Amino acid sequence: MKDKIAVKVDDLTVAYNYKPVLWDIDLEIPEGVLMAIVGPNGAGKSTLIKSILGILDPIAGSISIYDKPYEKQRALVAYVPQKGSVDWDFPTTALDVVMMGTYGSLGWIKRPGQKQKKAALEALEKVGMLPFKGRQISQLSGGQQQRIFLARALVQNASIYFMDEPFQGVDATTEIAIINILKELRKAGKTVIVVHHDLQTVPEYFDWVTFLNVKKIATGPVKDIFNDDNLTKTYGINYKVSVQE
Amino acid sequence: MSSAQIEIQIIASLVAIACAIPGTFLVLRKMAMISDAISHSILPGIVVGFFITHDLNSPVLILLAALTGIITVVLVEYIQKTGLVKEDTAIGLVFPALFSIGVILIAKNANDVHLDVDAVLLGELAFAPFDRLVIGGTDIGPKSLWIIGCILLVTITLLFAFFKELKVSTFDKGLAASLGFSPVILHYGLMSVSSVTTVGAFDAVGAILVVALMIAPAATAYLLTTDLKKMLGLAIGFGVFSAILGYWVAHWLDASIAGSITTVLGLLFLMVYLFAPSKGIIAVLYREKQQRIEVSLLTFLLHLKNHNEEEERHVNHLNEHINWQKVRSKSVLELAQKNNMISITENIVSLTEKGNEFTSKAIDYIITNEDTQIEDMKDDFFLFRG
Repeated sequence: MKDKIAVKVDDLTVAYNYKPVLWDIDLEIPEGVLMAIVGPNGAGKSTLIKSILGILDPIAGSISIYDKPYEKQRALVAYVPQKGSVDWDFPTTALDVVMMGTYGSLGWIKRPGQKQKKAALEALEKVGMLPFKGRQISQLSGGQQQRIFLARALVQNASIYFMDEPFQGVDATTEIAIINILKELRKAGKTVIVVHHDLQTVPEYFDWVTFLNVKKIATGPVKDIFNDDNLTKTYGINYKVSVQE
Repeated sequence: MSSAQIEIQIIASLVAIACAIPGTFLVLRKMAMISDAISHSILPGIVVGFFITHDLNSPVLILLAALTGIITVVLVEYIQKTGLVKEDTAIGLVFPALFSIGVILIAKNANDVHLDVDAVLLGELAFAPFDRLVIGGTDIGPKSLWIIGCILLVTITLLFAFFKELKVSTFDKGLAASLGFSPVILHYGLMSVSSVTTVGAFDAVGAILVVALMIAPAATAYLLTTDLKKMLGLAIGFGVFSAILGYWVAHWLDASIAGSITTVLGLLFLMVYLFAPSKGIIAVLYREKQQRIEVSLLTFLLHLKNHNEEEERHVNHLNEHINWQKVRSKSVLELAQKNNMISITENIVSLTEKGNEFTSKAIDYIITNEDTQIEDMKDDFFLFRG
């Protein structure tokens, strides 16, 4: 039923200071899935995303987004980095951060105008952050900051969304709000790829999963491969997470 | 005012503006020390440039020296990337090495020319009007005015063209990279502008003051605003203000202009550091004191909510209760009454409806940490502003 491949990774190897953190990864992500990337700390989950997005240079391998290299497909891809990767004391407002999502479609030099502002306001509305549009970003709670990041990705109106631990440090309400938006994106035919930590919620939130620990352990539909066997292979200890019926 | 005085002030102001623009981004990128490194390590570039051109104001010299600045940044990053030392150590290794090469070159070869370490480090603004640019027999002003004017023009053009790109790559490098705005290109662009500005300004104000003019106005502005454009505007304003006031201080004291400008910059930062409305030390201390009182208030209200017995709610008992918290009971009682949260009849304190509701909401917030309910309370109470 899902035949189109949104993201294809071939023989990807990435190293920091000559120490491989990802080793010979082959991965095909079908269009329209909501996929979790799970694995222990240091498994290379963020590295995988960053390599796909051209932020890191792999030492071997190739990546394609709908059969073309990433550089040609930037407009199709949105990225939500880890919340901790930026300085929240930066002098800017919530609205302005969301506007940054529109910069990609503008290209170099051109400045955002009314059209971009309107799109940003709509995205803020979608994540329930419109009342905070003028607030300085350090004055937002952790959950609100994560919603701003999500809005910034939504405003890109992409086909594929990459998110690096969007649930880290957010409360239950925000987590549910975020996952509902992600499910809506999937319903609209988008592909969503999430680095995820909470194994308990994988079956509830996602329909596709990739197990990663430097090497790829397994990838496929949650109902087929999210089992104790793969968890044990990935985390190295005897894992028991019963899949909810 | 003589025309020389006006020229000196114009030069100082242009240098201040040219420094404040890259300086703002250096401060936000936590790279203030890089400007210090560049300002020193351009020395060998200036010396070599001087041997080639025999003119301290030659554009070739400026480009050569700026190149040394870029080499500094590259070397610092290279050493840092080995993972053996941290960035500050790498900076401390690179710039003294380059600087000392410059010192030796001067000592060995430039003894009888007008080029010495003092001139490079401290500059002398007072002499700037004497070195004039004459084209076709017409005097069109001091050379350094033209040099810094051209650099400023380029800087402003680049700022307007790439403001959005600089902003996004400063705030979120990963996003900038994924959107196709190469953080590496922007980084080296900013470093190039910083280097050229430093070299262009050293003759007028000296390499040390360049650092002050890059960092101090931006750091001062950072304390006052939460908007990048305003921060740039304020930094430029502070820079120009210090340049002009510094000139007159030097005039009155008959002292170094560069030194006086730097002193004014320092004092200006100190004033803002103390008195800035929200980030200033005094505002922070006041906020902390208010928060302590508010915590006591909340404890007090919760006590009232939990106890119906009259003896628990008697003013005397509460005095003890609050004094035990080491905050004056009076300020807590006053704060509660000011907000109509309590009523006192015959020395028995009761919660009003408002006080009751406030307490429930506040406790709820503290337990769940969800702040949707307490948005309206943020304006009145520091405690809920995160």
